[in-house]
Amino acid sequence: MIRPQDHLLFTWRAISRQRFRTTMQLLAMAIGVLAVVLLTGIGEGGRRFVMAEFASLGNDVLIMLPGRKETTGGLPPLTGEGTRDITLEDAHSLQRISGVQRIAPLVVGTSLLGSGGLSRDSLVMGTTSEFFALRHLTFSQGQAFVTREGSRSRAECVLGATLRDDLFGPKRALGQWINVDDYRCRVSGVLADSGTGFGFDMSGALMLPIDNAMQLFNTEGLFRVMIQVEQPDQLASLTSTIEQHMTIRHDGQLDITLLTPDSLLNTFNSVLLMMTFAVAGIAAISLLVAGVLIMNMTLIGVAQRRAEIGLLKALGASAHQVRLLFISEATLLAASGALLGMAVAELLLWFLRSQFPEVPFATPLWASASALGLSALSGIFFSWLPSHKAAQLPPVLALQGKK
Amino acid sequence: MTEQAAAIKVRGLHRRFQLGDQTVHALNNINLDIAQGEYISVMGPSGSGKSTLLNALGLLDIPDEGEYWLAGQNTVPMSEEERAGYRRDHIGFVFQSYHLVPRLSARENMELPMVLAGIPPAERRKRLAPIISRLGLDERADHKPVQLSGGQRQRVSIGRAIIMQAPLLLADEPTGNLDTHSGADVVDLLEELNAQGMTLIVVTHDMALGQRARRRIRMVDGAIVSDDRSVISVDATPEGNIDKNTGTQPDSIPSQEPRS
Repeated sequence: MIRPQDHLLFTWRAISRQRFRTTMQLLAMAIGVLAVVLLTGIGEGGRRFVMAEFASLGNDVLIMLPGRKETTGGLPPLTGEGTRDITLEDAHSLQRISGVQRIAPLVVGTSLLGSGGLSRDSLVMGTTSEFFALRHLTFSQGQAFVTREGSRSRAECVLGATLRDDLFGPKRALGQWINVDDYRCRVSGVLADSGTGFGFDMSGALMLPIDNAMQLFNTEGLFRVMIQVEQPDQLASLTSTIEQHMTIRHDGQLDITLLTPDSLLNTFNSVLLMMTFAVAGIAAISLLVAGVLIMNMTLIGVAQRRAEIGLLKALGASAHQVRLLFISEATLLAASGALLGMAVAELLLWFLRSQFPEVPFATPLWASASALGLSALSGIFFSWLPSHKAAQLPPVLALQGKK
Repeated sequence: MTEQAAAIKVRGLHRRFQLGDQTVHALNNINLDIAQGEYISVMGPSGSGKSTLLNALGLLDIPDEGEYWLAGQNTVPMSEEERAGYRRDHIGFVFQSYHLVPRLSARENMELPMVLAGIPPAERRKRLAPIISRLGLDERADHKPVQLSGGQRQRVSIGRAIIMQAPLLLADEPTGNLDTHSGADVVDLLEELNAQGMTLIVVTHDMALGQRARRRIRMVDGAIVSDDRSVISVDATPEGNIDKNTGTQPDSIPSQEPRS
């Protein structure tokens, strides 16, 4: 029997001394794996990015909006057209339900801001001091304004990081007065840059105490009420409690909608999963194309060496030995090609991550595994098949290169 | 069973090929006894079955019927694996088109049977060295086949055929692709090996080469028609007796000019 080190040497020479064939097979293999790993990595990265955006909301937060909408099927009603307003009193009354940790009522509008000659249109949000804790917002300077139920708030406001730069540039913002349409407020704090979240770019927003904002926008109705619960597993029971509570307050009519983070996530997640599968489908097709490429390269490669198979048998190699030689060669080629493709793909994903740090580009394990497995298997199988057939023949036929 | 090890005994050997709806009887009831050390040529017209006979003797092809005793065993009912071992230990091949592995150097090509047999490198070097110098390949041993002349390539393939010290050497048109000079070289080498006790069987078209053998077998239509052991005088050139140009007069061939 052939010695293992000679076997390896023979295989190595077959690979290293037929550079063109080796290069082509490695390329075919690498491109196949690369396409799958890269495409699914980008798709999955996009999905996770959006998922993370929703997750930043927290899994213990309910959102109440005016009007009754079904959340199953289609996108949730983010625009919220209510029949009857949710008042600030409604919101505060929720605080008394046991299990509710904190609430943050929200009104939203756009106003012209002005300070020291500079002015711009900006998103203005009215809320309570609870909001900052609920959304895990931190301050780079100063602190939140103070709001107290039933008492009038002071004319204070909080600036997002970008807005602060736009309005004040290098100058000090804390303690400065800002004109918001015909209302004036003093800057009490500046938010640390927390990026975007749930559709609002906080860094470009101005936040006012809720009562001042309602006065400014001349409205009695709230845009949203965010409700944080003490225990995430109480979400289901609290949802019905809150619905009953609101039904009583609104004269027996259920005219509010409660969005749970799950219902939101599920809706978006299924959309995004579809996207991932679509990307995986593209990847599967590229894998198939690469598989055919690999198949052809290996079939041609082995077919050209039928005479060699015949010769090896004439020199005393058994059919088993010949098969083993060709399979180990194919395995080595397939494995290194697949790993090469994998390495390049991961390198590109790493580069993408460094360019877009907020998007977590990463290939799911199943995609990498199936790409590796399928390309390696097709490389090995389509090398094994012709070499097996040639090894079965009497050597004279293989030597003549006949079928 | 047999009188002598490595002696060949063939009884009632048949080999048929299917060509379309026609059955070609390439070997038709071959009976043959060959003693160790014989020098045999097999001649005959194209399609007479001489190459088929050589392939059968070399265990490269499986006969349909009959017995082929080699080294005391009937090889016809053997499994493919057993035959492979027999080819390795008992038979050396020299092919018309050399059949060298193009990516391996001359040395590695000659080494190949020993590699397949699992002989350790030290032993391989020991056996190779005298053969390389005997074949006059010292300076070309690390060249690839494409860098060698036809004669050198055939010498490499002879080196490969004898490296396992097989008692039987089969040569299929060994000079077919060579010029006269290299052909004579190769024939000298083969005859030298025969003189040392190897059984040499040469299949050839070349009358002069065939006549050099001490035993001359002639085949027609798959059957042996003559088996001549008489001593004949040979004129020493192994090739070039047949004038292939007879009947062609250059000026009698009209030049084919296209008409305008």
